[in-house]
Amino acid sequence: MTSRIGLAFSGAGRPLLVACLVAGDPDERTSLELMKEAENCGADIIELVMPHSDPVADGPVMQKAMQRALSAGTTPDTLFSQIRNFRSVSKTPLLVLTYANIVVQRGIATFYREAAEAGADGIAIADVPLEESDPFCVAARNEGIDPVLFVSQTTSHERLERIVAGAGGFLYLVAVLGVTGAREQIDPRVIGHIRAVKAASALPVVPGFGIGTAGQVRELVRAGADGVIVGSAIVREIERTFEDPFAMREAVGGKVREMASALR
Amino acid sequence: MTDPSRFGVYGGRFVPETLMAALEELERGFRTIVPGKKFQEEMKYYLHEYAGRRTPLTFCRNVSRDFGCRVYLKREDLLHSGAHKLNNALGQALLAKFMGKHRLIAETGAGQHGVATAIAGAVLGMQVDVFMGEEDIRRQKLNVSRMKMLGARVVPVSSGSRTLKDAINEALRDWVTNVATTHYLIGSVVGPHPFPTMVRDFQTVIGNETRDQVMEKEGRLPDGIVACVGGGSNAIGIFTPFLGEDTRLFGAEAGGEGPEGRHGATLCRGRPGILHGTYTYLIQDAFGQILESHSISAGLDYPGVGPEHSYLRDSGRVSYHPVTDREALDAFLYLSRSEGIIPALESAHAVSLAERVATRLQKDDVLVINLSGRGDKDVSQVASMAGDLL
Repeated sequence: MTSRIGLAFSGAGRPLLVACLVAGDPDERTSLELMKEAENCGADIIELVMPHSDPVADGPVMQKAMQRALSAGTTPDTLFSQIRNFRSVSKTPLLVLTYANIVVQRGIATFYREAAEAGADGIAIADVPLEESDPFCVAARNEGIDPVLFVSQTTSHERLERIVAGAGGFLYLVAVLGVTGAREQIDPRVIGHIRAVKAASALPVVPGFGIGTAGQVRELVRAGADGVIVGSAIVREIERTFEDPFAMREAVGGKVREMASALR
Repeated sequence: MTDPSRFGVYGGRFVPETLMAALEELERGFRTIVPGKKFQEEMKYYLHEYAGRRTPLTFCRNVSRDFGCRVYLKREDLLHSGAHKLNNALGQALLAKFMGKHRLIAETGAGQHGVATAIAGAVLGMQVDVFMGEEDIRRQKLNVSRMKMLGARVVPVSSGSRTLKDAINEALRDWVTNVATTHYLIGSVVGPHPFPTMVRDFQTVIGNETRDQVMEKEGRLPDGIVACVGGGSNAIGIFTPFLGEDTRLFGAEAGGEGPEGRHGATLCRGRPGILHGTYTYLIQDAFGQILESHSISAGLDYPGVGPEHSYLRDSGRVSYHPVTDREALDAFLYLSRSEGIIPALESAHAVSLAERVATRLQKDDVLVINLSGRGDKDVSQVASMAGDLL
């Protein structure tokens, strides 16, 4: 059975935009509105981050967003309620991204079951590499959730083959050596890396980290990317317009539209 | 086959994929370079000629009289730099140099590990950047100056609680970015595999010496050993050679403000979870968000603990107890005045717990306290807190 994420890639006939928001940022109701806005403005997949107090893979923009969300009282209950409310009005595929301790404290099986019941389609965990992924991937398969795994420039070919064998939905290609956050330029090594990973994988290959302009999106698509993940560049608009909810919606929508236009 | 990355269910490698290659490279270096003759000879030179090992095991006449048993101090306070941290810093820095890295990064809370790394970097000719929370920079001015004088760069960390936990986050973020040229020199038995095992091995020199010294002086093994536990490297270092013996082992955790208040007693009052790459006891809320710890001593102010300690807690081999800020302060002044030795506030926790342990020992029983560091760094803090006691 092909998942909603898999069908989105196979059915679109073009590369997809994965737009990332933090659940509960700046609060649950607004965050839900921003998800819908992102969808309306051309996001093909929504990546919703369950915030963590110590996000070691994230740069300053995402760290601040997670702090805003945690200060607003965001918990996994908020996450699942936000997903349920989104799912009641939308069929857009939804990926949850979080950190291992959030899942482990909920109970691995429980977290995946609740995520599936709420309507999530995939789960990626930033600090779970292949070596620790078994219990998470098993829980994902049991619930029909795609276990999205990461590949990096430092991933050896032998590891890559094992990651491809365990992953579902798509491969999350980490496009920088470093943490999340928009960069001035695409790391030139990423171009060759995308080609190499695509050659080894039947799954869609989608770069994320450091992507924030339409030019960068086009560059990655030319290299063969099946989509792009944009996080900090969108979330930064929330930080920028924090005092003004109307401007926030427009700013987030505008950034998503700019990215989406580069894919059409 | 047992998983070398685990201590029972604890430990592991919960890191972003980008770091896995570096951890694998480090593990290969640790397994192949460290046991080699060349490395061992160099290490011996640095530990003995340079750092001043072996450190004394001092029989304390006055404390023995007061505690009612035979009390020894393992004098890591006399090691160059003033704390046990240098054992590990020299070991890892040397390994990094053998592996061709030219830059060291480290996190520091109290500043002792930062100073140790700055010293190792200076003597081995390596660039050193130390991440330190803004709150700790304010609390530990002396060590900040020492690091700068030793040629290290101190990078202030303003995220989160601005303490040790956040300094580790920032060091991990730097490592992800500069993984090819940089070694992350973790200061305790925490973090992803192979760090807890590697740091333990570099610190076990404390326990090996203690074992020889007690045998020389008493002709038998000690009845009890007490050490403080923040991340837990000095404790693991002295406990390891005794794990298979009858010696009773005690860990003193930061009880902070006491049973109702803020604390750093991770093993006594925490719950297992994942932080900084490892599965271990943590101070956290019901949803897995890490809470801020508290201790009078910056070196014990950490909401996690080494995964091997979690294993030793569950197995019952080591018993861990909280020691409050107030008790540590009392022990700090007591040891200063009874023996003329000013302990680090961290080590003062061990002295306080030792007094409690001694009430159940006989006159001829032998009790060893790991005096992990000296208290010069804490003098101004204690002077302002204990004003009425001085």
